[in-house]
Amino acid sequence: MNFDFSDDQKQLRDQARKFLAEKCPPKAVRAVLDAKAPYDKQLWKGLAEMGFLGVAIPEEFGGAGAGHLELCVIAEEMGRALAPVPFSSTVYLAAEALLLAGSEAQKRKWLSAIAAGEAIGTLALFEGKGNPSPQAVRLTASGGTLNGVKKPVPDGAIADFAIVAARTGSSGRETDVSLFLVDLKAGGLEAKALTNIDPTRGQAELNFKNCKAEPLGAAGEGWSIISRVLDRAAVLIAFEQVGGADRALEMGRDYALDRIAFGRPIGSFQAVKHMLADMYVSATLARSNCYYGAWALSSDASELPEAAAAARISATQAFQHCAKNNIQVHGGMGFTWEFDCHMYYRRANAMALSLGSLSYWEDALIDRMRKKNAA
Amino acid sequence: MNFDDTPQEAEFRDTARKWIDANAPKEFEAELSKSSLGRIRLASHDMVEVGKAWQKKKAQGGWACLHWPKEYGGRGATPIERVIWQQEEGVFGKLTQPFQIGEGMCGPTVMAYGSEEAKQRYLPKLASGEEIWCQLFSEPAAGSDVAGLRTRAERRGDDWIVNGQKIWTSGAHYSDCGLLITRTDPNVPKHKGLTMFFLDMKSKGVEVRPIKQANGMQEFNEVYFTDVVIPDSQRLGAVGDGWSVSLTTLMNERMSIGARLATGFPEMFEFCSNLMTEDGLAIDDRATRSKLASWAVKASGLKYTSYRAISALSKGERPGPENSIGKLVAGVMLQDIATYAMDLEGAAGVFTGEAEEEARGQFQQMLLSSPSMRIAGGTDEILRNIIAERVLGLPGDIRVDKDVPFNEIPIKGR
Repeated sequence: MNFDFSDDQKQLRDQARKFLAEKCPPKAVRAVLDAKAPYDKQLWKGLAEMGFLGVAIPEEFGGAGAGHLELCVIAEEMGRALAPVPFSSTVYLAAEALLLAGSEAQKRKWLSAIAAGEAIGTLALFEGKGNPSPQAVRLTASGGTLNGVKKPVPDGAIADFAIVAARTGSSGRETDVSLFLVDLKAGGLEAKALTNIDPTRGQAELNFKNCKAEPLGAAGEGWSIISRVLDRAAVLIAFEQVGGADRALEMGRDYALDRIAFGRPIGSFQAVKHMLADMYVSATLARSNCYYGAWALSSDASELPEAAAAARISATQAFQHCAKNNIQVHGGMGFTWEFDCHMYYRRANAMALSLGSLSYWEDALIDRMRKKNAA
Repeated sequence: MNFDDTPQEAEFRDTARKWIDANAPKEFEAELSKSSLGRIRLASHDMVEVGKAWQKKKAQGGWACLHWPKEYGGRGATPIERVIWQQEEGVFGKLTQPFQIGEGMCGPTVMAYGSEEAKQRYLPKLASGEEIWCQLFSEPAAGSDVAGLRTRAERRGDDWIVNGQKIWTSGAHYSDCGLLITRTDPNVPKHKGLTMFFLDMKSKGVEVRPIKQANGMQEFNEVYFTDVVIPDSQRLGAVGDGWSVSLTTLMNERMSIGARLATGFPEMFEFCSNLMTEDGLAIDDRATRSKLASWAVKASGLKYTSYRAISALSKGERPGPENSIGKLVAGVMLQDIATYAMDLEGAAGVFTGEAEEEARGQFQQMLLSSPSMRIAGGTDEILRNIIAERVLGLPGDIRVDKDVPFNEIPIKGR
């Protein structure tokens, strides 16, 4: 059994960690948090130069042609550093959708632009409250034009293109949904940045008004593609969550060692030690579930839907748990703007909703396990 | 990343599988498959006798105590081969329960501290199941704080005279030998006055009494020592060095990787998939699904955590500390699952009879037994301390009795 990343992949992780430690210190995250810029352009450029943006994009489309295990280790580091760049929307959502369903020409144009750091992409799926569902798609497409409103769209205000889920039928089945690719710089829509709990990853409203769009994938295949994209992105985002959880745990541990109260390091009190031990347990369970997700993703296994849901749930729980208790370990200082704890707390809770809520994925996991048991 | 054996591992697995297929006591397979939660009962046979027969057969075939050296009755196998064997032994592994304390803790301690003569005399018989060992550590006043033990051993010529009481001794009633930690000097701080011995459980003055547990069962014992004579040749390690000897024992306890912990999840998933409530199938209920999903990812998280450890063994590396989470997660889960399963049954959840309702008493038994899972082999609190101190590097507890002579430590709270 070799249920681990290879030495090369671990080396890539170290390389990414080193790069991000240098180019993405907390100060860089704060610059975006304080709205000095919508995202860190320098960092984005650097990620392209390192080959990280296109790590799982085939060489023929301008990527490094490595694979999804390599992308997983980079994702973990992006999460650990809270990188304030549109990585997840561009790489996990847009690029994955293109890889799964894009035409040769679409892939050639957009995947190579992504790998080069020249295009930011996103997936415009949600229309207000609720979880992913074909019935919730109300934006309409007819004659190659889109009409309707999408929100929240991750990184929608800074994206160059979007994959948009639109209603193209009225049968009441999921085949009513088709996907379209929209060049957001070509007009026909209004993009408005919306405030959200994690300003280091922007959210937007996209208002499409007779907006020109080209189909992505076959008509009626939209939901089936989205389901697969969501599963794949779930694993990758779970790695970001695990990276964040680990860092929040480390911050709590370090503070517990340094902070003296009642004449001793607070990390010597069992109440604090046990809280940190429980954080370690969550983070470890999440990491192990994520490894399984990584295996399923990289080998395109039939277990992917179940593995992705398990990774997603476990990692969401772990990041929320670690981020919240990291603040608790820090006490009052943890509730200041000055300390970094709240940046992890914000990211953890924003990420918990980014592909559908925890309860959505819990539901999905049970459905998938039942399906497997019935088979 | 893959789940495949290396060619050598595959060959070993194949050899093991063929041998098990040809030799395992298949007549007990069905009964063994049914028993969960670590409790094994065979309807018409004595579990220990069946276990001894299987252990003997394994020893003859070279499949007992795999990781031990051959000269002491083992196979000299690698850690990964031991894991593969456990996987292949499957339900028949449950028959090895009476020998696990000997194989996992007492044997390694004798191997590390015993004389060559003692090793030759005791280890092969332990390996073959001919002699069963128990571990005599816990006392009524020394559980998590085992170094606070009070069983006294006093030197008399070439012998030691032991008086005191041990508790929670699994298998003492069918054991031939015991690993015993005693206090030999109460005038020094508690960790410094301990000495380790092994003894014949049939020695004069040893009395074994079963404990009736909170769940109504009797699986453990109290062992009383009244002027029991132990020759000095059965001392393990130096006088006063018992604490560090015991750490060898306990470290081996925690090395058991691949040992599958019962979480109750598969039983719960099946139960919820079939239980019809007033509002439909339990598994269609939103609140139930949410709980099931959380338990599912804990169960899978534990499984893949052990896969990570197995992978490290396969590469000849030392597994990381991740496995320390196992019992901490599984113990609480069992208790929570049992409680929720009974909640789903409503008023009928109180019944323990096997004929009653859908759960057939299994969750009720789980409920009553699960508290022990959170205590035995390290309480949840001790396990959290271990993770906090050894994995996260947090400071140890401030020990107010550390430098106090043992006989000056308070013995009553109020």
